[in-house]
Amino acid sequence: MRPVGRKITVTVNGEQYVREVEPRLLLADFLRHGLQLFGTHVGCEHGVCGACTILFDGVAQRSCLIFAIQADGAEILTVESLAQSGKLNLLQKAFHEHHGLQCGFCTPGMLMTALELLRENPSPSDQEVRAGISGVLCRCTGYKQIVDSINAAALAIAGAEAAE
Amino acid sequence: MKPAPFEYFVPTSVEEAVELLARHGDDAKVLAGGQSLVPMMNFRLAQPAVLIDINRIVELGYIREGDSSIAIGAMTRQRVVETSPMVRDKCAILSEALANVGHQAIRNRGTMGGTLAHGDPAAEVATVLLTLGGSVTVAGPQGKRELSPEELLAGPYAAGISSDELIVEINFPILAANETHGFLEMSRRHGDFALAGVAAVLRMGEGNICERARVALCGVAPTPVRATEVENQLTGKRLDASTIQAAAELASRAVDCEDEYHASREYRTHLCQVYVRRTIQLALERWGNN
Ligand SMILES: Cc1cc2nc3c(=O)[nH]c(=O)nc-3n(C[C@H](O)[C@H](O)[C@H](O)COP(=O)(O)OP(=O)(O)OC[C@H]3O[C@@H](n4cnc5c(N)ncnc54)[C@H](O)[C@@H]3O)c2cc1C
Ligand code: FES
Ligand code: FES
Repeated sequence: MRPVGRKITVTVNGEQYVREVEPRLLLADFLRHGLQLFGTHVGCEHGVCGACTILFDGVAQRSCLIFAIQADGAEILTVESLAQSGKLNLLQKAFHEHHGLQCGFCTPGMLMTALELLRENPSPSDQEVRAGISGVLCRCTGYKQIVDSINAAALAIAGAEAAE
Repeated sequence: MKPAPFEYFVPTSVEEAVELLARHGDDAKVLAGGQSLVPMMNFRLAQPAVLIDINRIVELGYIREGDSSIAIGAMTRQRVVETSPMVRDKCAILSEALANVGHQAIRNRGTMGGTLAHGDPAAEVATVLLTLGGSVTVAGPQGKRELSPEELLAGPYAAGISSDELIVEINFPILAANETHGFLEMSRRHGDFALAGVAAVLRMGEGNICERARVALCGVAPTPVRATEVENQLTGKRLDASTIQAAAELASRAVDCEDEYHASREYRTHLCQVYVRRTIQLALERWGNN
């Protein structure tokens, strides 16, 4: 028996999509294979690695633990939403400048997690940054450069806001 | 891996959800935040034929302050409760415990009903409920009934509720002015499940006399458990380093676990004693600073 698909309407990075999905399709797989948005990475499929973290209605969540069908009517932001017309945003630029990535596997999850962190706490302490990203695993950097990157991004964002 | 196929329902009321549960019986699973259920489905440790997604039951998302307790709807996200200023003010032990539940992205979606229904041995929220002596309301084919934490935790994995029942509300007693509290746990990494955790609420009198103690442990038995011998030892005593130490040593009596991959029984027992001591000390310091 081929399970019937159901129609969902979902807004991803500002663009509306109407698609038919099988109930068991994970949101992470829908984004990657349904919408060809390969920025969202899939590491563990049980909520532990954080690579698949996206903003779901503005809140950081694991896209491997949500079914696509549940996203009907939702607004989703993935890592692809950050750069505007090919230009890195301040957070991405800070990661680039402070070696916040090596292989880049954890980076989409790190960026989306840091986005929420800095929104809630625009000038976090090192301790708060470490706690904030504790749910995203990085096997390359040793985290030091990621913490540096997020601190640098906090300063850059504050500077940009002051200049406005 | 990927989940096995299932039939999917999205009720918008408790009534509708209860009806669906009655109709599909043991084939069905409730889907709340999915932070425990979906990992199990992805690994095919769970293959429910029917999923009843309660995320669109708006009436189950609330935090209400009553005279002596806080009522929380089952679908309220853990992070919403953790950051509620009212909860922080009236029932700080709950906010503090929640901060230890996984990571922020997990708590952003994980629900209050979900953690209690899942019934992990290390679950912080159930441990706090046991310490405070709150209650859980479930809705089933016969209507609603209220369970004490002891009834809910009658066995592993929330044995007290049956498969056709839906948790709808949880009640957490408000901490009184003469009560002080602490919650501490040890995990291998920030956000991991606790190897051992301790929740304590002490009712205090003149001269640091402990009039009543409620102490519960998580991660060291098949369910969160009260450490009654620790409680009895503390009750009526003037709390100081030596009375606290004497009580902490009794924590090992509540430990009921085997050696496992992450920690031996001996190590967990040791952690219990250390963390009971630290938690009671923390509660006492807070009382002193009050
Ligand atoms: C990486 C990671 C780390 C975690 N760390 C911790 C931790 O340290 N401590 C901790 O306590 N938890 C931890 N969790 C689990 C987390 O707290 C879950 O949110 C919680 O256990 C389940 O809540 P949920 O809303 O996601 O429920 P779901 O996963 O949707 O459901 C869990 C179970 O409860 C049932 N259920 C859900 N809601 C109801 C209801 N209202 N009525 C009846 N049955 C219901 C479901 O059918 C299912 O069997 C972690 C999870 C992850 C992925
Ligand atoms: S793939 Fe989702 S948390 Fe690892
Ligand atoms: S950069 Fe390789 S995992 Fe983080």
